[in-house]
Amino acid sequence: MNTRTKAKPAASQNAAPDGAPRIMTGAQIVVEALREQGVSVMFGYPGGAVLPIYDALYGQDAIRHILVRHEQGAGHAAEGYARSTGQCGVALVTSGPGATNMVTPITDALMDSIPMVVITGQVPTHLIGTDAFQECDTTGITRSCAKHNYLVTDVNQLARIMHEAFYVATAGRPGPVVIDIPKDIQFATGQYIGKAGITKPTYVPQRTPKAEAIKAAADLMTRASRPIFYTGGGVINSGPRAAEKLRELQALTGFPVTSTLMGLGAFPASHPDWLGMLGMHGSFEANNAMHDCDLMICVGARFDDRVTGRIDAFSPDSKKIHIDIDASSINKIVRVDVPVVADCAEALDALITEIKALKRKMPDLSAWRSQIEGWRARRCFAYKNSTDVIKPQYAVERLYALTKDRKTYITTEVGQHQMWAAQFYHFEEPNRWMTSGGLGTMGYGLPAAVGVQAAHPDALVIDIAGEASIQMMMQELSTAVQHKLPVKVFILNNEWMGMVRQWQELLHGERYSHSYSESLPDFVMLAKALGGHGIRCDKPDELDAKILEMIDHPGPVLFDCRVERAENCLPMIPSGSAHNQMILGEITGNEIGEAGRKLV
Amino acid sequence: MSDASMKPGAGPKSAYFLSHSDEAVERRTLAVLVDNEPGVLARVVGLFSGRGYNIDSLTVAEVDASQHRSRITIVTQGTPHILEQIEAQLLRIVPVAEVIDITNSKSGIERELALVKVAGTGEKRVEALRIAEIFRARVIDTTNESFIFETTGASEKLTQFIDLMRPLGLVEVSRTGVLSIQRGKEKG
Repeated sequence: MNTRTKAKPAASQNAAPDGAPRIMTGAQIVVEALREQGVSVMFGYPGGAVLPIYDALYGQDAIRHILVRHEQGAGHAAEGYARSTGQCGVALVTSGPGATNMVTPITDALMDSIPMVVITGQVPTHLIGTDAFQECDTTGITRSCAKHNYLVTDVNQLARIMHEAFYVATAGRPGPVVIDIPKDIQFATGQYIGKAGITKPTYVPQRTPKAEAIKAAADLMTRASRPIFYTGGGVINSGPRAAEKLRELQALTGFPVTSTLMGLGAFPASHPDWLGMLGMHGSFEANNAMHDCDLMICVGARFDDRVTGRIDAFSPDSKKIHIDIDASSINKIVRVDVPVVADCAEALDALITEIKALKRKMPDLSAWRSQIEGWRARRCFAYKNSTDVIKPQYAVERLYALTKDRKTYITTEVGQHQMWAAQFYHFEEPNRWMTSGGLGTMGYGLPAAVGVQAAHPDALVIDIAGEASIQMMMQELSTAVQHKLPVKVFILNNEWMGMVRQWQELLHGERYSHSYSESLPDFVMLAKALGGHGIRCDKPDELDAKILEMIDHPGPVLFDCRVERAENCLPMIPSGSAHNQMILGEITGNEIGEAGRKLV
Repeated sequence: MSDASMKPGAGPKSAYFLSHSDEAVERRTLAVLVDNEPGVLARVVGLFSGRGYNIDSLTVAEVDASQHRSRITIVTQGTPHILEQIEAQLLRIVPVAEVIDITNSKSGIERELALVKVAGTGEKRVEALRIAEIFRARVIDTTNESFIFETTGASEKLTQFIDLMRPLGLVEVSRTGVLSIQRGKEKG
């Protein structure tokens, strides 16, 4: 038995009915541990160093394996699965290139705090370090991009490591964990132990908030005159209870709510106190409210540079409360007055109890509300529509209107279309919105949609894409066809790498260096070639009918929506500017100063 | 859109310019207690290189075999803001059990050991021996033309000793880096 685990697993789980230890091969241990962890779907790609595990998967039906077309697709699919279910995603890939192709999704999951367990094959133990065929130093390569990783050197430790990996991936701030298993370990026989009691004593996140912190926060909240909730992906990661508690606390206080890209859906977009997303392409009212507030309650967000803009001009006159389960997020970018290290749901629940117990009259927010209404009246997302050409904003608006009453999940790629999706598609519930926020990974959306659809076979799953992003992972449409996952890819095709083009217009004197795709695939024919259905639309008056055709098609669809080519994504806080310095109308080219030009 | 709306004195800073120029850089010794598992040192060192923190010295050894516990002592520098981040980021590493700020603990003791090779003859050789006595450095190897001194103490004392040896024929220095522990009967 390993001495590092806190409690010894119950004997019954580790023994066969006759009391004998459960002896099996390493490969069987992997599959048994996945089954015991409740994994019903996993994503992977076989290869030499994982063949024993694939052999153990053969003929069993407890775990559905989705065969992807590229290992990166397996990683993003596991992320999509995880974000839409709240459960840990699982991917299985081989050694060498299988592992290196996983580096992007692992980093993506780390940045966006997605629970994921990645199993990689490794060359046999005696070949490690010899530059063997398809060998790479997987634990070395993934050390800085995974939350934690393991190289298994003893088959008798394998079951414990598998269970510990699930604990580490899901406990506290979630993240990706890599388990590298040499091929000889997969063949060797050893003892299986159950998951009961297996944790990591050196990793015990603080879930419940300190009473003093909650008292201080509640005191500020009952005295604020210009308060705002600034919520993030942590509210989603914490689970549905956190979103419920956020709504309860908001109802109790009446404070307006904004959210980061990652947090969309935690608070209903139809609520009158919803300000929309904040940040670089957020709403005018959300950003100005952040700038002018006197109390900011940050819940599960991390003051990312897309959100804060110019840091020394960030919300200059506010007191700040920051709830985060990761203590290192607190005071990292912005100094806060009341740090609350805790799980979001626990902290929000404690705040509700504390504020009720105070029995104070909540402050009058009418002046603040009317100030916010003034900002809202600017209608920052207004755009000039056209009867000749489809505006990308209009396309997302129509997509929203025609899908909002269904059980719809939205994923995105990265770029202008992602921001338009965030601005014009509205979410009422958590776990319905999957996007690559921190790493900004083009190619995320389609495989993520595959993962979401695998978790929710009856739901409508749409990847809002750009024609450039989709080409990074478009082979995964073949995965969707094979596994009968009817994902819809809604491409806002403007023939440009739109966000690159926009920045070149803004920053580089309209010198459009290598941002135009001279040659694009015929997406309708491409869809057919991959076994899906293709639809093209370039007329605004045909859009609705064709979107309905997409929804009604029983299989995967590539929708080539030809949109206005030079449309800019606005409003925008230019790099190096403050929240109250948004560009609302047209870009002139003089928005960004010298310092801002050097930023990303 | 003008800078007039900025707070007075604000420079063109963003999230990328987090240097708090008004904060002085401080030196700090941290004891990091970790599970002695493969790669744990790489995780700790990788954190420093990956996030752009400094390491002035680093020592590591297993201190409790039965509990697989190792102790890493790191001397680092940074503004108070950065130092706070370093501690928080260290605690985020899964096999890190504890981080002790030795510098800010009243009972912290820091020691370092140095091996110092000095070659010379005549008056310089005599002078080297005399200074070594003052510093309570031990001679652990001698030839007709050289000494190796072993000396322990605070890092500043070691540096002072080495500086004094420089004109007397200093050949080579090997230092352990700082070790630390706390006074009294309590643990860490």
